[in-house]
Amino acid sequence: MSLSQQIITIALCVLGTQITRSLPFILVNPNKPTPMILRYLGYVLPTAIFGFLIVMCLKGVSIDTASKWIPELVGVSLTAILQFYKKNMLLSILIGTVVYMILVNLVFI
Amino acid sequence: MKTNDKHTNKHVILNAFKSAFPYTLPIMASFFCLGSAYGIYMKSLGFSFWYPVINAIVIFGGSLEFVVGTMLLAPFAPLASFSVALVIQLRHLFYGISLFDKYKNMGWKKPYLIYALCDETFSINCAVEVPDDIDKSWFYFFVSILNQMYWVIGASFGALMGNFIGEDVKGIDFVMTSMFVAIFVEQLRKDKLISSALIGILVPIMSLIVFGVDNYMVPSIVGMLVFLLVFKKIIMKGRSLPYES
Repeated sequence: MSLSQQIITIALCVLGTQITRSLPFILVNPNKPTPMILRYLGYVLPTAIFGFLIVMCLKGVSIDTASKWIPELVGVSLTAILQFYKKNMLLSILIGTVVYMILVNLVFI
Repeated sequence: MKTNDKHTNKHVILNAFKSAFPYTLPIMASFFCLGSAYGIYMKSLGFSFWYPVINAIVIFGGSLEFVVGTMLLAPFAPLASFSVALVIQLRHLFYGISLFDKYKNMGWKKPYLIYALCDETFSINCAVEVPDDIDKSWFYFFVSILNQMYWVIGASFGALMGNFIGEDVKGIDFVMTSMFVAIFVEQLRKDKLISSALIGILVPIMSLIVFGVDNYMVPSIVGMLVFLLVFKKIIMKGRSLPYES
């Protein structure tokens, strides 16, 4: 990507962010209830989006070589299990990432 | 009775700061760590110091800032980038709705309050009942700006550290995957929406298979929305929407 394309991409991200942050303040009529579809999506979408983001991060995974999926499986599982039991986000992220890096640098070269 | 404008009275501002600051301490810890990780991550991808720092200032949205790193390395795809930005940040629509009343009469600070409305700032400003003797607009302002400062400082520090760690440390980009997994677990713990989780994982996977790595994003987003809307009755069986604030 050229520099100007990079600037455009970042600007689009700024725009997307700012639209979502400011739209309620511009559009919402405080006297009317929020439309049902927005309430519903606001409730169900977040979980789906983080699933989407995880798949996005793992899109390079392939099952033909061990080094391309085992570290990811271990890292993701470890993070998920730690988070489920310990409820400490920084801990889960730290340990999951460190174990992944050890696997990828020292074990599955 | 002082004739100073209430909003520029130094005591008013200082008291609001003293009231707001403690609430931001957990965010300070978390943003310094995650922000540094972000700075290091961007350096590991080959970006210069300025990229994470500028992103931290202008975008100011953690998940999206991590994702923009991968987007910038991929072929230029403005529609996909914009869609991804909207979808990742979509939850902010609900922050604005929830804070609509609290953010009334904020004066000149309001544009910045809206601009800097990240997850953590939303949580604090939404949950805290500001005491009557503290100026609300300064309180919300300090929470917002302190949190952004922590993030920018963290990212800058990480970007600087990245020079010493170097670009060759393999696997540091996993921090983003790990972060999303942790958030995903917390989100599921909170709403227990297994159906939504399945849609969020299976639709993108199918999209990847059908459309390939370069084109799967927009179909994934559209597909997820379609499935969530079409299966609304099944998803909402035995559940009710949370009350409107």
